[in-house]
Amino acid sequence: MMEITPRTARQWSRLGSRGIFGQAILSVAEDHPELMVLSADLGNSSGLDRFKAAYPDQFLNTGIAEQNMIGVAAGLAKEGFTVFATSFAPFIAMRASEQVRMNLGYMEMNVKAVAIGSGIAMGLLGNSHFGLEDVAVMRAIPNLTVVCPADCAAIIKTVEAAVAFDGPMYIRLTGAANNPPVYTEDFAFQIGRAIPLRDGGDVGLVACGTMVHVALRAADALAEQGIAASVIDMHTLKPLDGAALDALAARVPALVTVEEHTVIGGLGSAVAEHTAAQPDRVRHLALGLRDAFVKTGQYEYMLEQEGLVGPAVAERVRAFLREERT
Amino acid sequence: MTSEMTSATSHPDLARMAAFMRRKILDVSYTCGLTAHLGGGLSMVDVMAVLYGHVLRLDPKTPRWPDRDRFILSKGHGVLGFYPALLAAGLISEEVFATFQANGSALIAHPVMNLDLGIESSNGSLGHGLSMGVGIALAARKKRAGFKTVVLLGDGECNEGAVWEAVMLAAQLGLDSLTAVVDHNKLQSDGESRDIMQVGNMAERFAAFGWHALEVDGHDIDALVTAFDAPAPAGRPRVIVAHTIKGKGVPFMENDNTWHHKRLTKADHEAALAALTARGGGEAAATEDAP
Repeated sequence: MMEITPRTARQWSRLGSRGIFGQAILSVAEDHPELMVLSADLGNSSGLDRFKAAYPDQFLNTGIAEQNMIGVAAGLAKEGFTVFATSFAPFIAMRASEQVRMNLGYMEMNVKAVAIGSGIAMGLLGNSHFGLEDVAVMRAIPNLTVVCPADCAAIIKTVEAAVAFDGPMYIRLTGAANNPPVYTEDFAFQIGRAIPLRDGGDVGLVACGTMVHVALRAADALAEQGIAASVIDMHTLKPLDGAALDALAARVPALVTVEEHTVIGGLGSAVAEHTAAQPDRVRHLALGLRDAFVKTGQYEYMLEQEGLVGPAVAERVRAFLREERT
Repeated sequence: MTSEMTSATSHPDLARMAAFMRRKILDVSYTCGLTAHLGGGLSMVDVMAVLYGHVLRLDPKTPRWPDRDRFILSKGHGVLGFYPALLAAGLISEEVFATFQANGSALIAHPVMNLDLGIESSNGSLGHGLSMGVGIALAARKKRAGFKTVVLLGDGECNEGAVWEAVMLAAQLGLDSLTAVVDHNKLQSDGESRDIMQVGNMAERFAAFGWHALEVDGHDIDALVTAFDAPAPAGRPRVIVAHTIKGKGVPFMENDNTWHHKRLTKADHEAALAALTARGGGEAAATEDAP
């Protein structure tokens, strides 16, 4: 158990999502001899170097062969191992998509596919390495649980929950080093249960991954202009916490989803699928990455370019609310 | 290269089992009234009879027995060679077998994982089974379990790149409890494999990847038994390349790729049964309804 305090949250934040994933795996391994961690030759890039050194028998580099890695993971899971299979987002969600479908979806093998550095955190490595559309693909596969934790503390909570969860899962890690903290003290985390973070009656911001922090900063900016925003951390994209969403929608005139993923098939789509048939549904603005392979640069630059920073989100929310009034 | 199914054999029980399976394939293909993968089902029958009648340690009364050997049908469209083996081995009943391709059945055109029926995995999409087999064999080693893992691949299936990813990792890990069998019938959906994707010498390919490779006549029961029983070198996975004939046992289906996936009419069924009987297979099977 890794204790969450303002101090550890700051330390973890500096390590970033990959580093903290490696530490979280290391911390759960002691109590889980049935744990196996697989990597398609990205062990060091996935923060797993310490795990590899401490538990060499529970680590396997399958070579640069993600499709086979997922199949091997399923074979191990079939025989009782709890398997974390890791790679960069597109190499799992798309390169090995059909292996995920057959083994995790169809056969429901107890494999946690972990996408390192999803969204646009890979910056100058470019679109080949981005997770722009991974949620859309993974969410569409039956039986898969899809989780996208907000910060480093939430990644630890997700890993702890995933080890205890008997079933296939896609864990999507967003953010780079200096991943800003959302949680600075212990909190209740349950797969499939959204976390309300802020209460306000003018608009409801629903976010996942790195965009939870951005939504909170946007809510700060909106508050300065007299607009009270609710914020919820919808860390589980599937199954979506419809009850939390309904409770939020009942209290606000508009919903805004914010995600580091294209606006096609991700959190915005999941929320829209849930609310579309409701007779009194509220308006919904879906913010995320454009449907494009964007010009690349450093991560922070790209987030600015895509308008996925607090002030830019606040501005678009304000414009959306103005439209509503006219 | 091939012997007739009832020619002199030291394993008449296995020859009878193969004959029984062939008759079951024809009967169930006809009674279901739908298209089915006849050619590739018939080509693997003798391999499957040797596996389920001789090689695999299974307990039909305890299908989930933890120490059972694991069999993965990677060429998932080969169910017509698989379900009759499960029937002959007592893992599925005649009643269940008769539901083949009925609406809602557990036995459809590709395997659907069902441990109570002895079906270890869901397949149908090619190139998945060997990866899972590698994971299972690795798990066995980690758990110090004694069971074997056998994966049946099609030769056409070996067009899939993921097969070779698994081949490489199995050799790297030295998984000597893993056996791959290639049903090498030299035909695939669209035609002759040599016109579509040259494989050269399949056994040499596996050997080049570090596997212990054997080649046998996939319709010679004694040769198959010898190959499976032969001591294999430690530290290497093993492949048995079984040279087979697509449609084997029914002369008008043999090497005729129109039978890859086709419906068996009443006339076809009668002609096929007569041909089996003429070769001695049908009669043997007729007395073997409860093997």
